[in-house]
Amino acid sequence: MPTMVSSLEELESLRKDILSRRDHTRPIITVCAGTGCQTYGAADVYQAIVGEVKAQRLETKLEIKATGCHGFCEKGVVVVIHPEEICYVKVTAADAPELVGAAARKILVERLLYVDPVTGQKIAREPDIPFYKNQTRIVFGNNKRIDPKNIEDYVALGGYGALGKALRRMSPEQVLAEVKKADLRGRGGGGFPAGKKWEETRNAPGDIKYVIVNCDEGDPGAYMDRSLMEGNPHAVLEGLLIGAYAVGAREGFVYVRQEYPLACENLNVAIRQAHEHGFLGENILGSGFGFTVKVHRGAGAFVSGESSALMSAIEGKVGEPRMKYVHTAVSGIKGRPSNLNNVETWATVPLIIDKGADWFCSIGTEGSKGTKIFSLVGKVNNTGLVEIPMGMTLREIIYGIGGGIIKGKRFKGVQTGGPSGGILPEQCLDTPVGFDELAKLGSMMGSGGMVVMDEDTCMVDVARYFVNFLCEESCGKCIPCREGLRVLRQILTDICEGRGKPEDIDVIREIAEVMADASLCALGTTAANPVLTTLRYFGEEYEAHIRDKRCPARFCKSLTSYYIDPEKCTACLICLRNCPASAVVGDKGIVHWIDQEKCTKCGVCFEVCPDRFGAVVRISGEPVPPPPMPGTRVVRKHEG
Amino acid sequence: MKGDMGDAITFKIDGREVNARQGMTILEAAGEAGIEIPALCHHRKTRPYGACRICSVEAEKDGKVKVVASCGYPAEPGLVIRTRSPRIDRIRRAVLELVAPQAMLDGDFGGDLKKLADEYGADIHRFEAQLQVKSRRCILCGLCVRYCDEVVGAHAIGFVGRGIDRRVAFFPEKASKVCANCLGCFKICPTGKIGAEADGTYFGFTVDDFLAGRL
Amino acid sequence: MTGVAALVSKVVGSRHNDKDMLIQVLLDLQSGLGWLPQEALAEVSRQLRVPVTRVYQVASYYKAFSFAPKGRHNVTVCLGTACQVRGAPRLLDRTADLLKLAPGETSPDMRFSLNTVNCLGCCALGPVMVVDGKYHSNPSTSELQNIVDSAQ
Repeated sequence: MPTMVSSLEELESLRKDILSRRDHTRPIITVCAGTGCQTYGAADVYQAIVGEVKAQRLETKLEIKATGCHGFCEKGVVVVIHPEEICYVKVTAADAPELVGAAARKILVERLLYVDPVTGQKIAREPDIPFYKNQTRIVFGNNKRIDPKNIEDYVALGGYGALGKALRRMSPEQVLAEVKKADLRGRGGGGFPAGKKWEETRNAPGDIKYVIVNCDEGDPGAYMDRSLMEGNPHAVLEGLLIGAYAVGAREGFVYVRQEYPLACENLNVAIRQAHEHGFLGENILGSGFGFTVKVHRGAGAFVSGESSALMSAIEGKVGEPRMKYVHTAVSGIKGRPSNLNNVETWATVPLIIDKGADWFCSIGTEGSKGTKIFSLVGKVNNTGLVEIPMGMTLREIIYGIGGGIIKGKRFKGVQTGGPSGGILPEQCLDTPVGFDELAKLGSMMGSGGMVVMDEDTCMVDVARYFVNFLCEESCGKCIPCREGLRVLRQILTDICEGRGKPEDIDVIREIAEVMADASLCALGTTAANPVLTTLRYFGEEYEAHIRDKRCPARFCKSLTSYYIDPEKCTACLICLRNCPASAVVGDKGIVHWIDQEKCTKCGVCFEVCPDRFGAVVRISGEPVPPPPMPGTRVVRKHEG
Repeated sequence: MKGDMGDAITFKIDGREVNARQGMTILEAAGEAGIEIPALCHHRKTRPYGACRICSVEAEKDGKVKVVASCGYPAEPGLVIRTRSPRIDRIRRAVLELVAPQAMLDGDFGGDLKKLADEYGADIHRFEAQLQVKSRRCILCGLCVRYCDEVVGAHAIGFVGRGIDRRVAFFPEKASKVCANCLGCFKICPTGKIGAEADGTYFGFTVDDFLAGRL
Repeated sequence: MTGVAALVSKVVGSRHNDKDMLIQVLLDLQSGLGWLPQEALAEVSRQLRVPVTRVYQVASYYKAFSFAPKGRHNVTVCLGTACQVRGAPRLLDRTADLLKLAPGETSPDMRFSLNTVNCLGCCALGPVMVVDGKYHSNPSTSELQNIVDSAQ
């Protein structure tokens, strides 16, 4: 029977009561059940562990919990055993019997431990694993301790204490002042000072005001908000409540992408449980302040994450941006003052109220306080979600936490800021991460996507990819964005397919400037950033494509050919059998060659040719050597 | 706070001092002062839309300059507005060049569009190769839709699709009942599309055409 | 009342006949019917009291909605940046070849629909494919074949 909490004292009693009902001597086996680990079979692992605990009659000795995302997505399914924080990686359902037995006897299952790729050493405790050791997980860290479908886990950790402090011990103005002092900048991409926005909303005329959570997270490659919303929805709700109190809103909205069904589900459970406990509804914690929240799902449009578009969608209209010369903080939903912030921004608020602005400001840099969660993905060894203090350098993140480039390849660039951002090259690796630092280099922090690219990535193709993405996602209302993107897309496709002309670069720059000046919303004004940064830092790749019809990364299909080196081919038949176009000609003992007329440049032969032979090469910008004489026998013998 | 009609705002447009009332846009204030700023998607009876960007002007305040759409930007005291400059002219020329391939009929613009193209030296064939679009005689200014929605209240024509697939379409079930007596959108369409493809009882581009992929 | 009208009534009622909930209503109908037939859209306009132009504007704007029935099994390939960099275009090619469908198409026997999406938020697992709500990380050709064979 859920306990209604109607005062600070009752909240503290509830917390103590929950803790007293928990046996702190019992190890807790937490299974990461975020969407990433679910893909790797987390549900099966969880069920298997539950089954094993029953089978081994250990129900009174062990507790099992399914939590939100731990962040180390490369190593899913991740299982952490508290209180020692023993971390097992790549766990499967078959590991359950051994894992459970070991947990009960407080010994380790060595083979499931993380192995440091550099030292070869096994590391038992999660905080000692380099991926985690170098992070500062003030916002994201609780994900591994909480079952998002159980509010008691959140309360047990002190959850809703900051709300209690705000509602019962601070005035709305004091809450606002604290958030302003903390210099919290928006984590959704704009980096606008949250306190300033809250103040504008608070001061705007009108009795009815709104607060909104933007969980539309459309930047491809970014999934921090998904994991926060799935794994710790109460942190977001608590922040939203505190903000509502500060600005004078009694109603709020959470806008969640429909591509995040688990986030939506966990959020709805959290809202229901918060109501049951009195954290939502009337007279919260006996303060007289009341607040309710509605959930709106998106329906598949990146541009609907733009603040005015999102508010239009909440009104039941099409999610298109409008001119925002009058800020939405003054006139938003239904013309009323509406304060919109990103999921991560809201989730940071309870910490600021709980520990104070001074504490928050002690982390980070002059212009960027606190931490930021990034999705470190792409060609990096340790892909996943990482939370770092602002000011850590790109190199420290990519190498110190990310473990460097996979397969030992060469770093080429790191993409931040999604389709509004840019790709920074090797010479920028020692840049401290912060809003202004990245903007100075032509990129931006954005929502937190950090995609690492290596020598096999073609930068012209990356620009084409982003322009194509935006072209498909543009709402189409204004001419510069709708038509400008269409033209840019065609020019970049032409360049990638060998039809580039020298004057294309000037046209690109002209359209980029017109779009930046004249587009209706930020999708349009920032759309040219990926092209402009790649021109700035990787200009020679454009030149190679245009002048030499060559793709230095040997990625662009139209400019790349596949060729089998007769000196290296052992006629093992592997590529021949795998070629979907039957373009490989050869036989056992007879050197293979690729019929260029039939070849579709799919790259399968390149991938399947065993590394020790490495006979398939990619050629760009040079003619393909003629095939060997028919019946030429191999020079190198097939081993084994 | 919405000021009463007496609240005067003074600012400059092209060196001239202009007066405005609280809540007026730059375009409105310019209009009252007899200063012409071109605009394709604006109609005094509908709310500002911001689709064409032709009305873009330079707005300077406290040493900072930005480009804004004058149809939507509120008049502010102390603003310095420039309605022409190399930057603004380039925007207008580029916008016309970008929208031209879809807006033309038989290889040329009509009326207002032609005048604008000539004035700003737009090469209306410049992006034909890159855009590869069918001429639909539509610049998606939305005047028809907004007039029908906001002024007439009939909701007989609407936007469908998104991005480069965005179109206007009549809804025959409604249109066949109300359009013959109205024809409001026919007169305000800047390209003449509506008049050429519909007549109040026949509608050459409908939502059914859109769903069938014919638009 | 037809089945469709009754379903619309149920959905609109569950959203308290709130016009602001138009998109949520359409999402519920898309989920319940698998697509948005013209009858449903006309009913939504009537029961929610919003102009039919607005209903179609919203329904045709968002990727989640379809005006034609979808296949029994939804196959979605993610083309987000991280997946792109890790080989999503090839996964899409292989899947399209196997299903003999282009993205956006539904097979004539209504068994499969193939779609792309611009980011599912599983970026560490790229390239990612979702079939009937189940996520697959970098499926091999044989895994793909299994998925197709087991989907009736």
